[in-house]
Amino acid sequence: MLTRRTLIASALAAPAAAQINLGFADNGSRPLTSEFPQKGEMILQRSSPPLLETPMHVFDVSDFTPNSQFYVRWHYPFPLQIDPARHRLHIGGHVNKPLSLSLADLARLPRHRVAAVNQCAGNGRGLFAPRVVGAQWANGAMGNALWEGVRLRDVLALAGLRGGAVAVRFGGLDAPINEGAPDYEKSLPVDHALTDDVLIAWKMNGSSLPLLNGYPLRLVVPGWYSTYWVKMLDQITVLDQADSGFWMAKAYLQPANPLADIAPGAPAGPRVPVTVMRPRAIITNISHGQRLPPRTLTPVRGVAMGGDHGVKMVELSGDSGKSWVPVQLGPDLGRWSFRRFFGALALAPGQNIIMARATNAAGTVQPLAQNWNPSGYNRAGVEPLAVEIG
Amino acid sequence: MMRKLLPFVAILLTAAGPQGPVLRVTVPDGDGWLADRDRVSADAVNSNCLACHSAGMITAQPRLTRMQWGETLTKMRTVYAAPIAPEDDAAILDYLAASPS
Repeated sequence: MLTRRTLIASALAAPAAAQINLGFADNGSRPLTSEFPQKGEMILQRSSPPLLETPMHVFDVSDFTPNSQFYVRWHYPFPLQIDPARHRLHIGGHVNKPLSLSLADLARLPRHRVAAVNQCAGNGRGLFAPRVVGAQWANGAMGNALWEGVRLRDVLALAGLRGGAVAVRFGGLDAPINEGAPDYEKSLPVDHALTDDVLIAWKMNGSSLPLLNGYPLRLVVPGWYSTYWVKMLDQITVLDQADSGFWMAKAYLQPANPLADIAPGAPAGPRVPVTVMRPRAIITNISHGQRLPPRTLTPVRGVAMGGDHGVKMVELSGDSGKSWVPVQLGPDLGRWSFRRFFGALALAPGQNIIMARATNAAGTVQPLAQNWNPSGYNRAGVEPLAVEIG
Repeated sequence: MMRKLLPFVAILLTAAGPQGPVLRVTVPDGDGWLADRDRVSADAVNSNCLACHSAGMITAQPRLTRMQWGETLTKMRTVYAAPIAPEDDAAILDYLAASPS
């Protein structure tokens, strides 16, 4: 419970937290914290409900993001105690047979695993120019994990979809404080809900989900933004009409073009739900404004995602995007996974602007120009980094 | 001490699988109270805003105009049913639009 006395006491007891500069146009300094359960060092964006960002150097180490440093994003308070033996997943709505499944029931279904990137729709929002309101993430509201569980499709088959099913809605144990605030619920079109790679997962990188990442169950929707990956999943409702709830009809909407791009100040125009991610490449071994010693070749590493297709190619530029050189790609862990890249650039002494850009298997190239929208969604352009050599 | 130990113990217990024992954790209380900005009081923001989200949501934002903060306040009230006292609106916006000290 938040009281003035406990806050003052904790403020007095705590040493000054180390800060990290996220490189925003202003107000980009954040504390680092190791105070959250099952989490190592994270960038503290907000304590409650928690918004914890993964420091960029974490992605430089491995293909999969450790559970202990996987980013955290909650809209509403959630239970801090979960008894998995009592957890039930309710399936209802437009089905032949409503069900209430235990974790043991789910574990009897065929197991599936998928390597997939989970990325907040607002990843990189703090880098938008002009700035926009919302969680002020740098690019660490993303992670890659090996998710394990059962197919949503197999669970829906147990209940049996009735004819005319249009969408499948998901809800979790989180709940708003204020009566009248909209419960956090998201839907997938029924066709997408029935695809092979949409999972109900209880494992992440071989371990149980951390509570802050959705223990005991979360939805996994590879290629789609994390807003659909409902945490602490306990409700599945099949709908015979489009979901008119707040979180589908009013929130997480983007301008109706693939880049979600409009000119700042222009009318919003028609809007559609954010869905598929875009190809992105992000440099992980060099931070913005860093000074590096002169070398014949400066190593440049990072992670790439293909959005809704695999990563086909990553290129680097050391001259603000005028020329590009290819890089070596790391192991291919599947269409939905991060693909690490390893390259090098010949950089002259002085200031250099370096960039990485991804191309996916569908041929979609990450654009040089940054896209913009007033909600800060779907950031897709290349990220220029200033590097000082010498 | 217990506060630190509980999450760790719980992780060990649940490592077995999906039907493991209870997982119980604690999370930090919040980001503390907002301090006054120059002579602008933080009281109205502390008492109306921090029940739903901690102070970091406010302090992390870029510089916003009073009108932009007004839009956010309206959204909190109309969408999230925040019980913000109407008579506090002016004091809330005075604080939010003031430069951080």
